[in-house]
Amino acid sequence: MSETPSLPRPELITGDKTLADVTNDICAPLECRPTGLWWAAIAVSLTALAIGVAAVWYQIATGIGTWGLNKTVGWAFDITNFVFWVGIGHAGTLISAVLFLFRAKWRTAVNRSAEAMTLFAVMCAGIFPLIHMGRTWLAYWTLPYPNTRGPLWVNFKSPLLWDVFAISTYLAISALFWYVGLVPDLATVRDRSKPGWRKRICSILCLGWNGSARTWHRYETVYLLLAGLATPLVFSVHSIVSMDFATAVIPGWHTTIFPPYFVAGAIFSGLAMVLTLMIIARKTMNLQNYITITHIDRMCKLMLSMGCLVGLAYGTEFFMAFYSGNGYEQFVFMNRALGPFSWAYWTMVICNVGIPQLLWFRKVRTTIPLVFLIVIVINIGMWFERFVIIVTSLHRDFLPSSWADYAPTSIEIATLLGSFGLFFTCFLMFCRLAPVIAIAEVKGAACLKKRRRAETPPAEKSPAEKIA
Amino acid sequence: MSDRVLVASFEHEDDLLAATRAVRGRGLHIVDAFTPYAVHGLDKAMGLRSSRLTWVCFICGMIGAGGMLWFENWIAAVAWPIDVGGKPWNSLPSDVPVAFEAAVLLAGFGSVFALFIVSRLFPGRAARIVDLRATDDRFVLVIDQADAAFDVAAVEELLQEFDVVETRELAPSKGGVLG
Repeated sequence: MSETPSLPRPELITGDKTLADVTNDICAPLECRPTGLWWAAIAVSLTALAIGVAAVWYQIATGIGTWGLNKTVGWAFDITNFVFWVGIGHAGTLISAVLFLFRAKWRTAVNRSAEAMTLFAVMCAGIFPLIHMGRTWLAYWTLPYPNTRGPLWVNFKSPLLWDVFAISTYLAISALFWYVGLVPDLATVRDRSKPGWRKRICSILCLGWNGSARTWHRYETVYLLLAGLATPLVFSVHSIVSMDFATAVIPGWHTTIFPPYFVAGAIFSGLAMVLTLMIIARKTMNLQNYITITHIDRMCKLMLSMGCLVGLAYGTEFFMAFYSGNGYEQFVFMNRALGPFSWAYWTMVICNVGIPQLLWFRKVRTTIPLVFLIVIVINIGMWFERFVIIVTSLHRDFLPSSWADYAPTSIEIATLLGSFGLFFTCFLMFCRLAPVIAIAEVKGAACLKKRRRAETPPAEKSPAEKIA
Repeated sequence: MSDRVLVASFEHEDDLLAATRAVRGRGLHIVDAFTPYAVHGLDKAMGLRSSRLTWVCFICGMIGAGGMLWFENWIAAVAWPIDVGGKPWNSLPSDVPVAFEAAVLLAGFGSVFALFIVSRLFPGRAARIVDLRATDDRFVLVIDQADAAFDVAAVEELLQEFDVVETRELAPSKGGVLG
């Protein structure tokens, strides 16, 4: 069979690495002392986390009257943060499961940290509805178990209950996926560590992994199964989150476009957060040969497509409001764009639809400081998207006498700050405790060239050239 | 498996793959191979049959979905019937999301636990390691010295064709070094 001519593919990892180099480079950050930058970052994160813990303690002890909510705006900052964090949690599974099914091998450089990010983001997300319940200590009432209150069962017709199941399943499956991926790498760390606490912990957690081909064979099957299960799961989770809104009869919420619109937005914001973390990690942990410009370029392309989908959804929402002929629906959307929260609306449009258009240019996608700036802007824009959807749909009720405004209190802002503190504390700890790149997967995908001991010198001419 | 094995280490997956095929072609029995990552095609080269864990996944998923659908129906229609906006008590569409989540949860955990059980992976298990570098940069093939006719020199010569970097004989103790 003649060889098919094709464009040379950019190499997955640069720098002409051997397998041992890959192990050494990825394990290096675990084995050296943390840098000053890491200490500074963890200090800031822990401070934010402490502020958050204090705020959460105060609002649980006092009640959610400490928030800026009122009878008209019953959901605002807290649910915005919830949807924001759940959304960020979506990119991890997209990268680890969806791109796995699509055989996009470049995912191997980013999937481990994206999965960790998913886990931490979903943890942050879970906190907000728990606080919002008011009596947080009774949160277990959302679970269906035989009880002495009747037994009073939960209402399976409510999307809020679906959310309980969706978020907890997502957290559990993401943790499982992450752990299963970690097992071979923990064995690698075990085998290269000197006797000590790291070796002991890794020995326990890697479950006695020894790289047996029989185990690898089964492992690959299970990994594929998990990817196949996680793919519909990731789409179901944010669809169900969107149904919290879409099944209500509030104009601005009651639309059928919500599930795909939310999923696109979730993946968009998640990719932005993955890139934010990756750009920092590759620099500070010296991983430029593994997370290359090509990776960033591809993530930017994905992000651009998601951003365009989100833009399309914004437009469709407006068109449907006009096309429905429903006065309330039309009012809500005009009020979004021109009313008291128009500043939030236009921030959202500029950050999510306007500025990401720069990513059409290759020059922009490969200029890292510029990409970093754009992803920060997208993170902000996506937070505002959720704020706009929630608050602008509520604050102008059907009866003008019920109209109200909303402003967050310092407690609410401190809680958001605290969730960022929790997220970054967890992520920084993860960077120190586990390999941030899936070592085994990178080795498998990189197709490193064979180095023969009796290597033919590169200067030697090929037979065709000799004849010439 | 006899009590003596030949352990051969390679530096590249292609060598391991080719050597595995050649060794099996000679009618020798391969105990196992140890690799730092999943080498594609090694399962076929070793003659491993495809994993039946997919069935575990499917069955667990069915149990999850079926069990949860039954539970939801029982709660909504039997144990505590609530009239929500005149909808039928056992309205199937509203039961689907949670049943789906239960299916994914059970299928995911079921197949991973099944993997751990059949591969005998559990916390605290002492790893049976042939070569410490098998989790780093070595591809290790373990060949069974099935009978007295096993000619170590001939096999080593065969392996030389595939750039073997190290061969050694090993007598697994009782219980086996190779789990």
